Amino acid sequence: MSTSLIAANTLRTTEIVQIRTDSPSVKTFAIVDRLCAKAKPGQFLMLWIPGIDEIPLSIMDVNNGVVSVSVKQVGDATRHLHDMAAGQTVGVRGPFGNSFTESRGRVLLVGGGTGTAPLMFLAKQLSAKTERLSFVEGAKTKDELLFIRELNGICNEKSLITTTEDGTYGLQCMVTQPLASLLDKEKFDMIYTCGPEVMVKKIFELTEQRKLPLEASLERLMRCGIGLCGSCVIGKYRVCRDGPVFTAAQLREVQEELGISKLGFDGSRIPF
Amino acid sequence: MLSTSVAGLALASPTMLASGILGYSAESLNRVARAGAGSVVSKSIGVEPRFGYPNPTVVQAEAGLINAVGLPNPGIDLYSEEIKFAKIILKIPLIVSIFGYSADEYATVAKKAVGAGADAVELNVSCPHVQFTGSEIGQNPKLLTEVVEGVKAVVNKPLIVKLSPNVTDIAVTAKAAVKAGADALTAVNTLKALAIDPETMRPILSNIKGGLSGPAIKPVALRAVYDIREELPDVPIIGCGGVMDWQDAVQFFLAGASAVQVGTAVAFDDLEVFASINKGVENYVRKKHYGSVKEIVNLAHRS
Repeated sequence: MSTSLIAANTLRTTEIVQIRTDSPSVKTFAIVDRLCAKAKPGQFLMLWIPGIDEIPLSIMDVNNGVVSVSVKQVGDATRHLHDMAAGQTVGVRGPFGNSFTESRGRVLLVGGGTGTAPLMFLAKQLSAKTERLSFVEGAKTKDELLFIRELNGICNEKSLITTTEDGTYGLQCMVTQPLASLLDKEKFDMIYTCGPEVMVKKIFELTEQRKLPLEASLERLMRCGIGLCGSCVIGKYRVCRDGPVFTAAQLREVQEELGISKLGFDGSRIPF
Repeated sequence: MLSTSVAGLALASPTMLASGILGYSAESLNRVARAGAGSVVSKSIGVEPRFGYPNPTVVQAEAGLINAVGLPNPGIDLYSEEIKFAKIILKIPLIVSIFGYSADEYATVAKKAVGAGADAVELNVSCPHVQFTGSEIGQNPKLLTEVVEGVKAVVNKPLIVKLSPNVTDIAVTAKAAVKAGADALTAVNTLKALAIDPETMRPILSNIKGGLSGPAIKPVALRAVYDIREELPDVPIIGCGGVMDWQDAVQFFLAGASAVQVGTAVAFDDLEVFASINKGVENYVRKKHYGSVKEIVNLAHRS
């Protein structure tokens, strides 16, 4: 029996050490946790908001034992979390799941909304190792574009493309729009993406047409986080245990569900 | 060597997927089948859809897990489609787990499950964390009898009853189930348990109490199987509770189980656990000079 998994799955309580407001709907919470501070880009943790809920969150950064997660206010649990203050107690399990592979050469990262968070973590690790790192980030409005300043530091001006749906910053289009020409114009050794599943599906289609390698981090309703309950399945895979990062080959196996349907709280299939 | 049978169900291996683990989708069940399980048991299905409890629904304990997921399921009408699809792709028997709030509800779901193609039904009369069903039925021999008789009257497939360990004497409920028509027994479901976080001074699970599984309950489950066999020499028993490796499985066979169900081990050793238990059991049977796993069932009762 895996003792490291038991250790990871054991709930630890810890204080929120810092809260940073990143956008009108997104805050980044920093907590101290030794185990999660060893996480690799792509992994996630389960955050317990005592008395309210426990939710899966992608790890956005680790630094000297401090772990950061970026959280969009989308429902009851995240609203309570957004109302919390530094010094208050939360619980943590993890890190869980697999991670992005470290590709050398030329890499492209495509983030939609808070899907940008795990890619920030990846970008920081890859920037020194890759030949060239390009980033395409999309959001609904300028206010909701995350980590632009940090990304400008990691990428050079030419290799950061931003899109907003309302045109308040960067290109006015969906994040997938500039991709086709970018993929035709430049050669990439690996494409990484994270964001809404409908977006991931479009990117998967673009990379498949061009036979390009892809790693996509998926998000689904999760309960146990350890591969037991089946809430997060896509095809034969469990997002929490077999993912959350899936390769193009794996995505091919789950095309009937990718961006089309997921399981709801009652285990029934609900369309996106 | 590994093939066995339980109440007429032919199993290529004596390891089964326990109810509640994965089990929503046909694809997940098929993956478990390909990993080496001889049979798979679905999530517990009721008449109506149920959302289950908010998180936390699973918490790590000293030697196992405590869960109160709350029987989330899409309801038998929707799940019947999944059963039909599962029957097309699965090459092993599919057992559908069933719960209800009355004998009528159990019978309704069982009838529909068998109608959709279930090879057997397993009655969940032992879930310790949902009111008015599960162990509230299974701990009461009179209610248990009503439920089992009701299902027996409407299905012509093997009827398995999953028993609760949260009773004074499991032989009493085992006998009631068999007398009412159970073709086989699964022993046992989870042991009612609690986890409290000292820092926040709260129970951790949203439902407060849940069911303990894993290594912590194995000796209790083993004793339950042994006790049932002492009282009921003939009923097929499926051992369940803390089966983490082949040594555990062998102990259950010796105590009287014809097969074992595996659940919590999937969290710690992933789906490879089925193949690894099967291989270990096969080596053991061979080393002890028996021809089949069937021959070692009950052997601990010899003296």
